[in-house]
Amino acid sequence: MTPCNNPSEDGREAIPLTVGSPQTKTREVPASFFDVDGTLVRTNLLHPTFFYLANQPNPFRSLSALARAAAGGPRMALAEMVDRRRFNELLFAVYKGISHDRLLLLADEALDAVVRRGLYPGARDLVQRSLAKGHEVVLVSGALDFLMERLVKHLGATGHISNRLEIKDGYATGRLLRPIVAGPEKARLLREWAKEREIDLGGCFAYSDSYSDVPMLSVVGHPCAVNPDMRLFKLARTYAWPVIRLDMGKRSAARDLWERLP
Amino acid sequence: MSIAPPPSSSEILARTKPRSGHPLVVTIDRKSAPRVVFAGNELLEIDLPVGSRCIYPRPPMEALKDIDAAIRFALNNPLGSEPLHAKLRPGMKVVIAMDDVSVPLPPMRSPDVRERMLTVILELLSDHGVEDVEIIIATSIHRRMTADEVRHVVGRRIFSRYWPDRLTNHDAEDAKQMALVGMTERGEVVELNRRAVESDLLLYVSLNLVPMSGGHKSVAVGLAGYKSLRAHHNPSVMRDCWSYMDPTKSALSTSVERMGRLAEKALNIFHIEATVNNRMFGSGLEFLHKNEDDWTGGERAAFKGLAFTLSKLPEAARQAIFQRVPAPYGVTGIFAGECEAVHEKTLERCYAQYLVPVQGQADILVLGVPYISPYNVNSVLNPLLVQVMAQGYLFNMYRGAPLVRKGGTMILFHPCTDQFDKEHHAPYIEFVHDILPQTLDAMVMHRMHEERFATNPAYIEMYRRGHAYHPAHPFYMWYWGEAGRQHLGRVIVVGADNDYIPKLLGYETARSFPEALAMAGGGLQAPEITMLHTPPIVMADVTA
Repeated sequence: MTPCNNPSEDGREAIPLTVGSPQTKTREVPASFFDVDGTLVRTNLLHPTFFYLANQPNPFRSLSALARAAAGGPRMALAEMVDRRRFNELLFAVYKGISHDRLLLLADEALDAVVRRGLYPGARDLVQRSLAKGHEVVLVSGALDFLMERLVKHLGATGHISNRLEIKDGYATGRLLRPIVAGPEKARLLREWAKEREIDLGGCFAYSDSYSDVPMLSVVGHPCAVNPDMRLFKLARTYAWPVIRLDMGKRSAARDLWERLP
Repeated sequence: MSIAPPPSSSEILARTKPRSGHPLVVTIDRKSAPRVVFAGNELLEIDLPVGSRCIYPRPPMEALKDIDAAIRFALNNPLGSEPLHAKLRPGMKVVIAMDDVSVPLPPMRSPDVRERMLTVILELLSDHGVEDVEIIIATSIHRRMTADEVRHVVGRRIFSRYWPDRLTNHDAEDAKQMALVGMTERGEVVELNRRAVESDLLLYVSLNLVPMSGGHKSVAVGLAGYKSLRAHHNPSVMRDCWSYMDPTKSALSTSVERMGRLAEKALNIFHIEATVNNRMFGSGLEFLHKNEDDWTGGERAAFKGLAFTLSKLPEAARQAIFQRVPAPYGVTGIFAGECEAVHEKTLERCYAQYLVPVQGQADILVLGVPYISPYNVNSVLNPLLVQVMAQGYLFNMYRGAPLVRKGGTMILFHPCTDQFDKEHHAPYIEFVHDILPQTLDAMVMHRMHEERFATNPAYIEMYRRGHAYHPAHPFYMWYWGEAGRQHLGRVIVVGADNDYIPKLLGYETARSFPEALAMAGGGLQAPEITMLHTPPIVMADVTA
C-alpha cells in the first residue's frame, strides 16, 4: 500500500500509515474499522492537542502556543463546517516547532490523561467482541499516529490508520503527511487496506459517530452508527443501520423521545 | 393432462357440511352474521361459507376477590415445598427474577399482579431480616425493558426503591455475569445469570398467560443466554412440537425441563406463578369476545363505529389506541412452591380458561392476525412477527391434533406491511431482507447463517445497551413457525398491502376472502373450514 512507504522530506522513513501486518492467510476473516473520536472516546482532536500545547518545556511557550491556537480558532471552526481535511491541516499546524522526542515523550501521558479517561464504558467490550469473532480491528482516526499506536495497544486492537506529522530535523513542521485521514479519504484508505490483504469489505464492519464518515461506513457490508450526530442518525435509520449508544449518560430525554419517533 | 379449474367459492360453499359440537364451536348457517377478524390493528367482517365452524374463546373465568390474601396463602401453603418464611434467614442473599414485558398481552391494567406478588414478598423478606435483595427481569435474549415499562409492572414504590441498581434487566451477553451450572445428559449447556446462581435463594415470580410459559422455562430460559437457548431453539426441536401449548408433546418443553431440573438441583429455587383469565378487552369492547349472532343492537353499532374509525385513522394512531389500552385481566390463581408441583396447577387453570373441545380437523384454517405478539409490545408487528403469530402461536393453539389437516391451508388476514421498529427489531430487518431472500429452509439457515448473525457485535451492543432484541432472536422467530410450516400445505394472506413481503415469507396472496377460499379449495370436494375467533386467547382441544 503506497502510503506505508511514504518518506518524509528529510528522507527518514515515515512511520507507516497502517500498522498491523497483512494477514493474507486469514483473508476470509473480516475486519472491523473504528473511528475513534466521539465513537470510542468522548474526546475529539482538540483535547490531545490542547494537552500538548499546555505541556511545553516552559509556561511561556505553552501560553504562546495556546494563544496562537486560539487565534486560529475561527478559521478552524469555519474549515470544520466546510472540509474536515482542511480542519485537520489547520489544527495540526499548531504542533509546529515541537520536537519529535517531546511528541513521543508526552504520548503516554496524553493517552492516560486524555484518551483513556475519555473511553466510553462499553467501548472496550465492543472492540473485544469484534476480536473474539476473529476480526482484525483497525482504528481509523484523524488523530496522530503515536497516540493511536498506544490506543491500539491499550484496546488490544490489531492496527490503525491515522495521520502523521511531517518531521524535519527532529522537529514537527506543522504539516501533515499525505494522505490526510479525514472524510472521504478514509473510505479510499479502507479500500486499499482491504485490497492489500485480499479482504472482502462486504463482510467487514465499520463504526463511526459522524456524518462526515458516511463514505467510510458506506464501503463496508456492516456499517454501524455509534453515538451518531443527528444527520448520521437520520441516515442510519433510513438505511436500517444498527445504532449503538455508548454515551447514554449524556443524552437528554427529548433526544430519546425524538429517536423513538417513527 | 388437463387441470380442472378451481371451484368457485359458491361451489365450495355448497359442498361444505355442517357439523355439530360444543356451544363455543359455532356452525355457520345461512342466517349467521358476518364474523369479525383482526387484520393487524384493523377489524374486518368476513362471510364464512355455510357449514364452516367458528371456535370462540371461553368466557373469562371468575377472578380472585382478594389477590393479596391469595398470594399470602400461596406463600404460606406452598406445593411441594416448605413455606417461604421457613426458607428465610437474616443476612441471606435473595434474588427475585420476574417475567418481562412479553406477558401478559396486552399489558395488564395497574396494578400488575407481579407488583402485588413482589410487594408481599418484599415485605416478608424485610420482616425476616433479609436485606440483600436484587430483582432481575428475566429477559433472556428479549429486549431490555425501558424504565417506564418496568415502573408499570412493579409499581412506583418498588421502582423508586430498587431501580436501577437493584432492579435490572438480565444481560445474557455479559460473560462475567453468566455462570455455568452444568450440562444435561443430552449435552445441553445450562448457563444462567450469575447473581441468581450465586444467591442463597432464587424466587421466580411468573405471570402465566399460556401453557407454554412458566414452569422450568422461567429459570432455564428467562435467565439463560444464547449458549443454552440453542439447545432447544433450533429447527430440529421445533419440528418435534405438537404443540408448544402441550408440554407433554413438545420437544421444546422436554429439553427445557431437563435443563430446568438441573438448575433446580443446583440452586435453591422457589416459584410463584399467577394465572389470569382471558378478559383482554375492557368495557366498551367486550363484544369482541362474543358470538356475533348474539350481539345486541348497541354492540353492533359500537363495532361498526369502531371499525369505521379504525379504517379512517392513520396506522400510528391505530397502533397507539390498541397499545395504550391495558387489559383488565382478572387473576384466577396464585400458586407457590416447587416448580413442577406449581406448574401442574397453573396448567390446569390455563387449560380450564382456554381449551374448547373440537371434533375433527379442518382443511382450511381461517385466522385474523392481531396487532400484538409477545415481541412487539410498544412497537409494530413486523412481517417476521406476522409469521410467528400465524404459523407459530396461532397454529399451535391446540392440544391433541392440529386444527388443520396435514397439507391443509391457512388463510390469514394481515396487511404484512414492510415496517419495523428500527430500535427494537434492528436485527430483524437484515434477517428479513438479507437472510430470507437466500433461503426459507430453517435447517439451512440454522447451519449456514445463525451463528455468524447471532454474534454480530453491533447488534449485540444494541441488545446490551439499547432496547433491541438479540441477533439470534429473528432466527428463533423463524424456527418458531417451523412446525406449522412443515404441517401446512400453503398459507394465503388476505389484505396484504404488498406482494413481496408475503413472497419472502413463503405465502401466497389473495385480494379477497372469497378468492382465498377459491384458491384454498381447489381440488377438494368439500373442504372443511374452521375459523379460530381470537383474540382473546382460545385453544382447541382437537380430537382428530
